[in-house]
Amino acid sequence: MATETTAPEATADQSAEEQLTEAIAAATGDTGAPAQRQLVIINWSGEFDKVMPTLIMGSVAAASGYKTSVFLTFWGLLPFVKDTRRITGENWMQKMLSFMQRPGISHLKMSKMNFMGMGPWMIGQLSKQYNVASPQELLEACQLMGVEFLPCQMTMDMFGLKREDMIDGLGEPVGAATVLELMTEDHTGSLFI
Amino acid sequence: MSDIHTTVDAKGLSCPMPIVKTAQAVKNVPAGELIEVLATDPGSVKDFAAWTRSTGNAIVEQTEDEGVYRFVIKRA
Repeated sequence: MATETTAPEATADQSAEEQLTEAIAAATGDTGAPAQRQLVIINWSGEFDKVMPTLIMGSVAAASGYKTSVFLTFWGLLPFVKDTRRITGENWMQKMLSFMQRPGISHLKMSKMNFMGMGPWMIGQLSKQYNVASPQELLEACQLMGVEFLPCQMTMDMFGLKREDMIDGLGEPVGAATVLELMTEDHTGSLFI
Repeated sequence: MSDIHTTVDAKGLSCPMPIVKTAQAVKNVPAGELIEVLATDPGSVKDFAAWTRSTGNAIVEQTEDEGVYRFVIKRA
């Protein structure tokens, strides 16, 4: 009953609000589009304990209606290489780097207390025990909710990574100027992780 | 009171999955319809309040029973 009586009021409020927005837009020469809140994350680190907040904040921002972009740069690009790629790159140094730091979302190390894989294993066990979503699940949620992942072109070149090495669904590789423009738009929060 | 259109069972799930699953479910719910969310994460009380403020959806009912939080949300 209560919902039925409040519904027309809500519609009336909305149209009044729209009229006001239009009036303001006309007065200020604004485009008239409602303020789109935005989150920009620079994902630089690439370790489990840093990729997790990126994916959590990213998925929740998208779930809350924010336009969400994640710039994948330096170590932070490596988790977004396909899990099946073992050795990447063209020259020996690039190959050596991928050997030392295996790329892919399923091969994340800890930034501290890694202890030759003991740390990630224990965190994995605790995550299961407390039903914490895995990085794979969170990445899937981000992609479903429309988070835009933007690989850094310079990092791709330096590590010798090609588009086919990267997971599906990433945006076009971009550079710092593109990210800077996004970060300085109105109603935008930005994080460097 | 209208009927519940969709129920999201997020019991046992940790942040951010109750919000993420609800946001995904909401996409398939017509405006004005009700979504019921069941969660056991105590943080979800503040999180759903914040999420509804961000998205314009409204919590029309909120109860707690033996550690299970139940939110009834009206789709904007």
